[in-house]
Amino acid sequence: MRKLKTLLLASAAVAVASGAAFADGHEKRGRDGEVKIIYWQAPSTLNPYLSGGTKEVESASLVLESLARFDNTGKMTPWLAAEVPTVENGGVAADLTSITWKLKEGVKWSDGSALTANDAVFTWKYCTDPAGGCAQLSYFDGVKNVEAVDDLTIKITFNGPKPFPYTALVGSESPIIQAAQFADCTGAKAPECTDANFGPIGTGPFVVDQFKPNDVIQFSANEQYREPGKPAFGKVLFKGGGDAASAARSVLETGEFDYAWNLQIDPKLLASMEAKGLGTVQTAFGTSVERLHLNQTDPSASLGDARSTTDKAHPFLTDSAVGQALSMAIDRALLVEVGYGAGGQVTCNVLPAPAAYASTANDGCKTQDLEGAKKVLDDAGWKPGADGVRAKDGVRLSVLYQTSTNAVRQDSQALIKQWWSEIGVETELRNIDASVFFGGDPASPDTFQKFYADIEMYTNNFSGVDPEAYMANWRCAEIPGPKSQWQGANIQRFCDPAYDALVDKMSGTAALEDRAALAKEMNDTIMRSYSIIPLIHRGGVSAHANTLGGVKISDWDTELWNIADWHRVK
Amino acid sequence: MLNYTIRRLFLAIPTLLFISLVIFFLVKLSPSDPTANLPLTIPPEVREKIRESLGVNQPLFVQFGLWLKQLMISEPLYWSNQIFGTNFDIGQRIISYQTRSPVMDIVIQRMPQTLTVVGTSYLVGILIALPIGIISAYRQYSFFDQAGTFVSMIGFSVPPFFSGVLVIVIFSVQLGWLPSIYDTTHVVTDWDSFVVQFKQMIMPVMVLALQTTAQISRFLRASMLDNLNQDYVRTARAKGLSEKVVVLVHVLRNSLIPVITVIALGVPAIFGGAIITEQVFKVNGLGQLLIISIQAGDVPTVQTLTFMFAVLIVLFNLVADVLYGLLDPRIRYD
Repeated sequence: MRKLKTLLLASAAVAVASGAAFADGHEKRGRDGEVKIIYWQAPSTLNPYLSGGTKEVESASLVLESLARFDNTGKMTPWLAAEVPTVENGGVAADLTSITWKLKEGVKWSDGSALTANDAVFTWKYCTDPAGGCAQLSYFDGVKNVEAVDDLTIKITFNGPKPFPYTALVGSESPIIQAAQFADCTGAKAPECTDANFGPIGTGPFVVDQFKPNDVIQFSANEQYREPGKPAFGKVLFKGGGDAASAARSVLETGEFDYAWNLQIDPKLLASMEAKGLGTVQTAFGTSVERLHLNQTDPSASLGDARSTTDKAHPFLTDSAVGQALSMAIDRALLVEVGYGAGGQVTCNVLPAPAAYASTANDGCKTQDLEGAKKVLDDAGWKPGADGVRAKDGVRLSVLYQTSTNAVRQDSQALIKQWWSEIGVETELRNIDASVFFGGDPASPDTFQKFYADIEMYTNNFSGVDPEAYMANWRCAEIPGPKSQWQGANIQRFCDPAYDALVDKMSGTAALEDRAALAKEMNDTIMRSYSIIPLIHRGGVSAHANTLGGVKISDWDTELWNIADWHRVK
Repeated sequence: MLNYTIRRLFLAIPTLLFISLVIFFLVKLSPSDPTANLPLTIPPEVREKIRESLGVNQPLFVQFGLWLKQLMISEPLYWSNQIFGTNFDIGQRIISYQTRSPVMDIVIQRMPQTLTVVGTSYLVGILIALPIGIISAYRQYSFFDQAGTFVSMIGFSVPPFFSGVLVIVIFSVQLGWLPSIYDTTHVVTDWDSFVVQFKQMIMPVMVLALQTTAQISRFLRASMLDNLNQDYVRTARAKGLSEKVVVLVHVLRNSLIPVITVIALGVPAIFGGAIITEQVFKVNGLGQLLIISIQAGDVPTVQTLTFMFAVLIVLFNLVADVLYGLLDPRIRYD
């Protein structure tokens, strides 16, 4: 039965392929019928400015586009713009305070009207409206003004020099929306425009036919799309709901769907599904790193309100020898094998990508070295006590290690606890529901920002390709505390004036090579402090049917960034 | 009876208000943050602005009062405008944190798929339960009764997240007969599309029906057993009535009285959807809406949905009581 079905599908695909083969790249738009995509977390809206969730951004990217996007290698590619402005081609002002984009000529919205610079100006106003609660506001940080010089020219002026000016209106998270459609939807009125939010008019390869929030979206090919013969698919069914395992099953085992997103499931299960031969698992590595943060401040409950604040340094985690030993004791390759499979690789850097920014100075961590770890502790004066736990001056190496509730993370915790016990470090494990842990409620004692533990583990990343803002997270001023309502991204409370100086230097450096060198130096500074122990460079895992061609999964933009090129293959 | 019904309806109002207050504080006081599931790349200042625009930072009683006003005034006025063409100034309707669109629109959009799947399963479950219950009682301790008991025990004890995945693995993955994912965009227009609809419904319906069957067939069996030993049954047999008439007319009618009230009490659960089964088969009805809203900290949606369920439960409790009085002349409320 199954073989027969596969055979029929294959022969049908051959027929389609041979029918299209003679054309010169200008085959008919919509020739390949329907492509079915499943995102097990269903999109809630198609306006990425009102949500910020990945699922909304990715589904909206079929319709809404930005000036430039990142391809699957992280390279910036002009999209609605004719070219990427640089200082060399005069698009970026020599003093780095403004950038001027030129739109491609003849781009039309799906309703037939022309895309103009005014739409870009409107998008900026829409997102920066103080009453709107725009989720992508940070993309417009430092933007003083956006103006339409003429119909096709957009000039973005910044408050000061901006060495990396490709944030506003670049990438899938800040696309251009149509001014005519959203004119009455600014500020507090934004949520009232349900029709516009659920069916934005765009310039992308598809238009929305029907949107059922948190359930399903139907798209059809955009007849106004600027590239002839694209997209190859006439329809897209974008289904949401269920869980990662069943999404994987629907592509790899039953063949009901063509593409499934975010399949972080047991790697053995995924491999056995893939073995069925209906589809292929792909991984895209971006900047996500699963890491341990070592609290540099004292989390003891006895300190009361001063817990995990800069008032008191941690009794032993500020000793980099301890951090170094903890790092050396971990067999990262085994963690990848047990929990991540194709979705992870070993890393020794908190900044693992893009390649130009990745340091190689710390690669020693890739192999486990238990004996070495013991020696480091011995040399630093941490001697094993009667109970096997090392101590120095009455301070025992006993840590509370917390993370969010998640099967893979609990496996990693158990393994790491075992390795640490072998080098004489006592570990107590704790896991907290993800919505609490990441919830950021200042009243809750269990958030990752409050960090009422010695060590915590989670994944963080940055979007886009420029690490400047990300690396600035570890400035002294970013340390969370009661005064800032526990806001701040320097979770491990790392503070080094030399590091702050590097951050300042980067914000005034424009040449890409110099920026890369600075980023590597910052990465190495943090690695040498052992306040962060990187574990796994995580990728986005997706699966696509073998009959689906043209998929180039990317973690730098949406996974569906090149859906206009997707097509059926035999 | 009418007085009784009216009195009960009035009593329901404070009950419902109290229920909604309890739900509100349950959701609000549990750690939930509508921005918790956003990527960590979104900075805290932006999150704070999002929370502000959602109104999460207002005092709790203001939020509750606003929701109550929207539910009691804005929504009825909106529907009056829609249906009767009136032109009231409605103010803001109940807006979901997740979709930023009116909650009631989503509820109405999802009602059909929930009613189709869960409603059908309830009907199918009852239809299967009736003969099983009757035969099991009439032939107590026979092989059929033992088998029926066994099936009921499975229905009671096997949760749908197991049985659902099991049938998917058998019928979708191994045999490839049925789709594992419910297509909510499918429209029935002709015989072929009906077959498709039938195929995609059969697994979720049967998984749910198993549970309904288990419950109702046990009730009916017990109720039949009670009646079969009554004097009036012996009298009927002594009068020379056939076994068929004795069992299916005299005994069954009397045995159904408690069962019908059980069935009535189960109706609100149809609207509540089947949270787990909907997730397993991606039916994406009201149950799935409730669970993802809870996960996303979407208080207005959770609040509105649970309130609707509360109304239905209160109403169908009343219906069950009234039915009892109508079916059994010995019971009088006035």
